[in-house]
Order: sequence, then C-alpha cells, then structure tokens
Amino acid sequence: MKRLLSGWRALMLLLVLLSVWELYVDLGGADPLILPAPHAIAQSLFNDRALLWSNFLVTAEEVLLGITVAAIAGLGFAIAIHLSKTLRQAVYPLLVASQTLPVPIVAPVLVLWLGFGILPKLVVIALVSFFSIVVTTSAGLAAVDPDLIKLMRTFDASRLRTFRHVELPSALPGLFTGAKIAVTVAVIGAVFAEQAGASSGLGYLFEQSIPQLLTARAYAAVVILSGFAIALFALLTLAERLALPWAYEPTGERP
Amino acid sequence: MIEAPVKERRELHGAEGVTVERVSRGFATKHGVVPALAGLSLRAAPGEIVAVVGPSGCGKTTLLELICGLQKPDDGTVRCDPAALMPQRDLLLPWLSAIDNAALALRARGVSRAQARDAAAPWLERFGLGGFEFVAPAQLSGGMRQRVSFLRSLLAGKPVLALDEPFAALDAITRAEMQGWLGHVLRSEPRTVVLVTHDVEEAVVLGDKVVVMSPRPGRSVAEMDVVLPRPRRRADPAVVELRERVFAALGVAS
Repeated sequence: MKRLLSGWRALMLLLVLLSVWELYVDLGGADPLILPAPHAIAQSLFNDRALLWSNFLVTAEEVLLGITVAAIAGLGFAIAIHLSKTLRQAVYPLLVASQTLPVPIVAPVLVLWLGFGILPKLVVIALVSFFSIVVTTSAGLAAVDPDLIKLMRTFDASRLRTFRHVELPSALPGLFTGAKIAVTVAVIGAVFAEQAGASSGLGYLFEQSIPQLLTARAYAAVVILSGFAIALFALLTLAERLALPWAYEPTGERP
Repeated sequence: MIEAPVKERRELHGAEGVTVERVSRGFATKHGVVPALAGLSLRAAPGEIVAVVGPSGCGKTTLLELICGLQKPDDGTVRCDPAALMPQRDLLLPWLSAIDNAALALRARGVSRAQARDAAAPWLERFGLGGFEFVAPAQLSGGMRQRVSFLRSLLAGKPVLALDEPFAALDAITRAEMQGWLGHVLRSEPRTVVLVTHDVEEAVVLGDKVVVMSPRPGRSVAEMDVVLPRPRRRADPAVVELRERVFAALGVAS
C-alpha cells in the first residue's frame, strides 16, 4: 500500500512536469524542432514503435553485457586494491584518472581498434560505469569491524578464508549500491559509444534523427533509455532484497 | 551434564595455562606513547578461571590480545597455550544462521559447511539453542546471541578462552542467567579462562581467582583466591564479603 502510494506520488510529479513542458512549448516558448512537446514525443513513441523497439534491443544488449563487464572488473579491482596496499597506491590514481577521460574522445579510438561491432560499446560502457562499483565495494570491504578480523585470526583463519567468510559477504551490499549507480551512467555510455560508430541502437537512432529534423523521435529514444535505466535500477533493488535479506533486517537484538 | 574424567580434562584445558610476566605495552598516538600496561603479571594454571577486574581503560582488552597473540609485549613475556577470543560485542555475521555462526571457527580452518554443521549441531542442542539452528542472528535474543558467540569461540578448540566482558551488553536479568549458565558450561567443558570484566559480582561468582587491576597504565594490584563451592549464589555471605574486598581493592567505598 505504501509502495503504491509512493508510485502515485512519482506519477503525479511527472504529470505536473509534463504539463508545464507541454504548455511551455504550445505557447511558443521554444521551437518544437529544438524542444518537442510531450504530445509529439508520445506520438513518435507510438508511430515509430517498431523502429524504436528494434534499436532498443541492440542498446539493451550492449548495456546488459557492459554492466556485467563493469561488475566483474569493478569487483576485481576492489578486491585487488583491498588485498594489496601496494596495488592500491599504484592503481587507484589511475582508476580516478580513467573517469576523467572524455568518452567522445576515447570512443573513436576504441572503434578504430575494435571495429564497429559490440566490443567497443562494451568497453565504453564498462569504462564509464565500473568506477562506482570499485568505490562502493572497496568501501564495504574496508568497513569490516576490525574486531571481527582479530577474532578470525585467533581462529587461525588464513587471509584468504577471512576474506571469503567475513569480508566478501559484508561487501556485497556495496557491490549492489555501486551497480545501481552504474546502470544509470551505463545508458549514457551506450549512447556515446553508438554515436562514435554504429549502425543500430537508440544512440545511433538519436544521432540520425537530429539532422533529419525528427527531434520528437530523438526524444522518444531518450524516453526509452530513461525507462530502461529505471527498470534496471528497480530490478537490482529487487535482486538485492532477494539475495541479501540480512542487509534489510533490523540489526538490533530482540529482548 | 557429567563432568569430564581427569585425563580428558587435561587435553581440553592444555598444559601450559597462561603466564604473563611483568608485561608492558604502550601505544603510539599523536601525543606520544600512551602506556596501556605497565609491568602486569598474571598467572592462570591449566583449567583455572581467572577473572580480571579493573576500571575502564585499564588495558584489559590489550591483556586479552596479548594472550591471544594478536599483539606482542614491548617488555616482559607472555607464555600461553593457544587461545581463542570471545569479543565484547557478539559480532555474529548477519548473513549466517546461528549454526553457521557457531561453526565459523571450523570454517576458518577449512572444514566443509556440512561437516562444520554436523560438528556444531549437538552443541547448539546442549546450549539450549535446539530449534534455532537456522535462525538469523537478528531474530535471536541477546542471551542467545551471546551463547552462540561463546560456542563459536569454544568450537575453535583452543585450550585457553579469552573472554572480553562477555555479558556487559546484556540487561541485568539476562546477565545473571548467563553467568550461571557459563559457570555450568565451564564445569563440564573445562578450559583455562581469562575473563575480563568490570562486573565485580561476575568475577567473584565465576572466578577461581580474581585479579584486580589498577587504572591505566594497568598492572595487578591485588589477587584473591575464591575458594568457594560451586554453583555460587550471589547472596551467599562469603560471596558478598569477597565482593566487598574486591571493591575495596579497586578503591571503591561501599
């Protein structure tokens, strides 16, 4: 019931914002070729549904695979810099630097190296989205109670077993948090990657629609991307609740 | 519960016991070295329960970490059978059930989950946790959590148990119950025990010997043997009298 109510609130706010937007364009506030009205976008969503759908499937595949790569790479980096201080000192600044690379500059190089297939898209998506996973997961790994590490030492646990039984499980909520942040930027990454060289996908469609003055269709592509990001975010939230129920239970003891 | 025969008892509680001789230990801070222990000596014979009482911040936790080999003394010697720690807060892992928490020390040694559970199951039964094997720690009462925590340290199979204020976080009624319970368990499962506490009554009810520590930097200021039959009742005049002597040694007027 509560959740239904919060859904209503989001919907109400959305309706208010859309109404303001619609009025603004209808009253001549902006050229519809630059900023299409919501009703025009809705029309395009319906009329171009086949085109949008086929391109969505391409982008969805890129994003899902890219996020998977990002999660594996992010978890790998987080574990590596957690276990080795030397590695942490050597690699962390470079990881931060990797986030400052402008994607429109990197993407053409990747296309040059990796061709026009899905590979450069996966690299771009992973590049823009893995960092949040590294940060939140390594924070989770580092936040383990030091007394718990001491306890494991008095149990003669090896570094690896302490990691496996204590540190890794307590870092999993961080992994999910990082992945939730990552899905939103992954969608943007997909658009940039497709603009650098692609023959299909919503980013490609977006790129093609603007010079053809089909602005409403370009916005329709963006609406689908937003909806996809929201759906992925919700899916991850649900998966987290199912996989890590303990992270949601009250930690306080019962009398 | 039946008391273990003499030979078996020796295997359970080891041969060396705990010997701490004139140990000093300090910690480097921004404001220079802060001494935690200054010439502390303490002896627990194999199978003996030594209760250590002292004011807050007298280095009691440092003492236990020295015994467990988690720290090295700056000066003096620590000789001791292998020891397992029971931390002050239960620190049960929220993603593991009661039985898997209890069996953590076995898993830490590489025992498979199934075997670790098989080994832990009869103990949960014995500790009044039967039927709660697969319950998450968040669903357990404070006393049950503490029993799982104690069992986890016991199943490490070490001759020495270093208990760090094990019942400090419990309410008074549960704490009294748990003290009685622990005394009962240690009679059937003898270990060399160093029990650090700020609860004087707990020290007198459970200890074979009570060691009183000075404020920081900690050293031993008094030692009292508790030669009273078990189980001890806290209202017993002999217990009350000893309690008052410990308070006096701590410098607390009663």
